[in-house]
Amino acid sequence: MNDEPLVRWDWIARNWDNGGPSAIRTLLESHVVMALLPVVFGLLIALPLGVACARWRRLYQPTAGLMNVVYSLPSLVLFSIFLSFTGLTQSTVIIPLTLFTLAILIPAVVDGLGSVPEHVRQSAVAMGFRPLRRLLQVELPVAVPVVLGGLRVATVSSISLVSVGALIGQGGLGNLFIDGWQRQFPTPIVVGIVLIVLFAILSDGLLVLAQRLLTPWSRARRSAA
Amino acid sequence: MITFEGVTKRYPDGTVAVDDLSLQAPTGAITVFVGPSGCGKTTSLRMINRMIDATSGRILLDDQDVRAIDPPTLRRGIGYVIQQAGLFPHRKIVDNVATVPYLLGWDKKKARARAMELLELVGLDSKLAGRYPFQLSGGQQQRVGVARALAADPPVLLMDEPFSAVDPIVRASLQEELLHLQSELHKTIVFVTHDIDEAIKLGDAVAVLRVGGRLAQMADPATLLSEPADDFVREFLGKDRGIRRLSFVPATGIRLGSVPADLELDEDTRPLGWRSDGGLLPYGTFNPERDSLRAALDAALLSPNGTAIAVDGDGRAIGVATRDVLDEALARHGTRPEKRVPDPDREVPASDPRRAES
Repeated sequence: MNDEPLVRWDWIARNWDNGGPSAIRTLLESHVVMALLPVVFGLLIALPLGVACARWRRLYQPTAGLMNVVYSLPSLVLFSIFLSFTGLTQSTVIIPLTLFTLAILIPAVVDGLGSVPEHVRQSAVAMGFRPLRRLLQVELPVAVPVVLGGLRVATVSSISLVSVGALIGQGGLGNLFIDGWQRQFPTPIVVGIVLIVLFAILSDGLLVLAQRLLTPWSRARRSAA
Repeated sequence: MITFEGVTKRYPDGTVAVDDLSLQAPTGAITVFVGPSGCGKTTSLRMINRMIDATSGRILLDDQDVRAIDPPTLRRGIGYVIQQAGLFPHRKIVDNVATVPYLLGWDKKKARARAMELLELVGLDSKLAGRYPFQLSGGQQQRVGVARALAADPPVLLMDEPFSAVDPIVRASLQEELLHLQSELHKTIVFVTHDIDEAIKLGDAVAVLRVGGRLAQMADPATLLSEPADDFVREFLGKDRGIRRLSFVPATGIRLGSVPADLELDEDTRPLGWRSDGGLLPYGTFNPERDSLRAALDAALLSPNGTAIAVDGDGRAIGVATRDVLDEALARHGTRPEKRVPDPDREVPASDPRRAES
């Protein structure tokens, strides 16, 4: 391996779009799908669950406890468990990652709703908001900065965890690591790392941008403080 | 008119927050609920718009039991101002003010136009309309809170310690503005405070509540100061009741003497000071048309010779009131048996002669 350069550009050029299942482009696309779908599903599930946990606090401890147990399991264990149900498909990665995402997003929604100042909630009641409209027009919008904070963590961790799926053949860019190790060939490993990091930075940047657009009042509050 | 009929609030743990409260808050007047913490004043206020429901008894809005009205509908018809303003941080000022009109289904344009009117009414620059609440000072936020409460023109306004989180100078100006607004709008206002001075300044009627949620006394401020019902009320009112009560006695009845020769005046007959060998000495003025007997007395105390200078609205000297004349006025207004004459060593009058007592 001593003579092997860290990156062989010609290998990248040949394998970027070679038409096969191991083309870098194909792996990148499946990585994006397997990383982001869990975040989308997680958010869709965490919003109602988080609202319910915030509304009925007794639900929160058991839910959070269960989610922490799930989160503490190594991802590989979860993948193996789902392997017997969903086989060697993307679902075997997407479902466990959705569960991991929930472990981050449910507390984020609960904390976000908890971050709504009591006087704001009280004044919404006193103005004559009914509960659903109060939730949609006051409490959730005010919770957005905290929820988006959770979403950033969930997104980046999901992007990194997808690679572990390579051990069951569904790792997106993670498959490049296995390939590289098996062949003692650093180029795929470097390509995988660089693309995953770039993808994570880009996603996080987009979320920060979304936060600025969605909550001008919150950004300005920070700069004023 | 808001009527409390034997209203009690008892919590499941047995705590009684409000105990058999009966009183009336008259239409078009400011009724203040005042008392120490734990006296149930905020609970009483919140039972009016059903933020809290009474355990027993009735609250009538005009002749209608509030329990018969769906709470959100009831609340949209009652303005509410909360301590920290409670503005929605994610909405611009104009949309905060338009909250209730939006809830009532007004179209956006009309609601915003109404909001702009109200910002002007409470003395806020229209430039602030597009800002977010955090960009405003505490006093401005509180004004927005008042504008928001008035947006749908409700006949009733509930104010829960609205001015207690701002500094004393801003608080005083907000109080003055509330009185000014009220002189134009004539809302039925129920105002909660723990500050007896605020209660006396703002209230047409003051209900003093004691811990445990029982009404200790309800009266107009002057009566409260001169005839406290019991030791609790007397203690709660604090010192200097005699002096403070004079704030409610107009200075119009004071017999004025002519302007003496030793008062130096400018060409517009505005006072400059008392002549003496060492130059001009300080003086105090009061406006008999506008000020109270307390202000006149204060003006006398500010002059080394004990003579208060009466001025007109433009500050021109129109006469003087000597100690003897003021003593006569005090004798007419301040010496019913219950009232003690305040110890003169105790009251240190504020030194600003421009201060007008209302």
